[in-house]
Amino acid sequence: MTSLIGQSENIGYSFSEPTSANVKQHSFYPYTDNGGSTLGITGSDFAILAGDTRSTSGYNINSRMVPKVFKIGGDDETGDGAQILLSVVGFAADGNALKEKLDTVVKMYKYQHGKPMSVSACAQRLSTILYEKRFFPYYVHAILAGLDEEGVGALYSYDPVGSYEREQCRAAGAASSLIMPFLDNQVNFKNQYVPGSGEGHALEPVKAEPLPKETVKALVRDAFTSAVERHIEVGDGLQLMIITREGIEEIYHPLKKD
Amino acid sequence: MDHFPGTWGRVGGTKSPNLASLLTSPQPRNDVYGAYDASYLQTSGPKAHTSSPAVTGTSVVGVKFNGGVAIATDNLASYGSLARFSDVKRLRSFGDKAMVGFGGDVSDMQYLDRLLESMDIKENYSAHGNMLNAKNLHTYLAKVFYKRRSEFNPLWNHVLVAGFDGQGEPFLSSADLLGTTFSAPHLATGFGAHLAVPILRRKFPEELPLEEVTQEAAVEALKECMKVLFYRDARSIDKYSIAVITKDGIDLKEDEQIQGQSWAFAERIKGYGAQVV
Repeated sequence: MTSLIGQSENIGYSFSEPTSANVKQHSFYPYTDNGGSTLGITGSDFAILAGDTRSTSGYNINSRMVPKVFKIGGDDETGDGAQILLSVVGFAADGNALKEKLDTVVKMYKYQHGKPMSVSACAQRLSTILYEKRFFPYYVHAILAGLDEEGVGALYSYDPVGSYEREQCRAAGAASSLIMPFLDNQVNFKNQYVPGSGEGHALEPVKAEPLPKETVKALVRDAFTSAVERHIEVGDGLQLMIITREGIEEIYHPLKKD
Repeated sequence: MDHFPGTWGRVGGTKSPNLASLLTSPQPRNDVYGAYDASYLQTSGPKAHTSSPAVTGTSVVGVKFNGGVAIATDNLASYGSLARFSDVKRLRSFGDKAMVGFGGDVSDMQYLDRLLESMDIKENYSAHGNMLNAKNLHTYLAKVFYKRRSEFNPLWNHVLVAGFDGQGEPFLSSADLLGTTFSAPHLATGFGAHLAVPILRRKFPEELPLEEVTQEAAVEALKECMKVLFYRDARSIDKYSIAVITKDGIDLKEDEQIQGQSWAFAERIKGYGAQVV
């Protein structure tokens, strides 16, 4: 077999000769956008998380029933016992992985400490989970909801790498740019002034106050029915989860399927 | 057999090699073909992963009915635009009540098939026997896909998993190379997502309760879809496999022929190629 040994001390296969050819770059892109939109609003004793149920790839509708809002830390099948809600929108496979990771963390916390994880602790942990993948991020916008230690509605919103903040309301996903200004005006009363209170800069802004649950539910439905009209990736169904001291209520409303 | 890839397809040359020299050393034949371009056979440099599929299967179509799921693929494996292998079975069974329909890279399909078979055998040797249903299988496959895409070494497939869930209800769900998953009463991958899904949505509207979709109607609809796909998908063939999964087990037919083709419409198509009027 001596004849197989080439000049370069390597085994003399003809294909092992060094070349100056360009190394072929692989062009696999590990993300996709599955569309959809989510929205969260809090009140004095409740928090609402909502999302549409459409899943898209490009101009295709994959399915009309893929939920984006999940119960965290509850029973695997039914979700019973959960006290935290999570919505994820963006790349659905990352969203599912993130949801399962957070779910496991919240369950382990309960097993190890013998008490449920607080929403603020879960919020900080979610930020850490996202930041752990800072250089290969979960391509999702997450919103976490629950009730804080005082029983007041708590809502935390995230960017894909874990920056987070507690807010009164937040819209995320494909139609966020359509929904968020509506929320600014209707929840935080931005650009609303007390009539006749003055001229120009002396105008007195309307003071924002926590809204009652029924008002918020109506706002959420209005936000989504409007978003469906103007965004092709939003539609099919609206999944609403409302967390109160009594537990989590889940509501489904049909949306336009066009 | 010539065992030196560097000489494959580089026949002839000024020196006609004798058998003895062929067996002992490669014949570069550079005088005829120029230097051999070995760039695609690099043994050093960065590890190359699949960046595009090679031999591929086209659409998978599936539909749920009252009491089970029906799923179909054609029997073609293409190499680019070449219809390379015309008898490739792209429906694979798992246990006795679950099926996977594979689209995309065929070698990755064969890898996954081996993976699933070894899992099935291991399960069957265990004390409880194989209790994994189609829903479990789908979860597993989706996680394999997601893990591989996260390693930037994807398995280049889009699959449909058909069978039953933990409650014994008909189950049909999709998973792709990115780990994306979704489920619906009727699903199709690839070209089928454009051509077959609209047919299925018209025949079985999503408001229609599953109880009103019969097995016969589902199978008929799938045959219709395979025909339409054969008409318009250039990477398809008129031989297909179809599986019906019910509580009684899997009824798999792997050598079906598309029936009742009509190319009468072709005469009316004008305006392509050289034809002007």
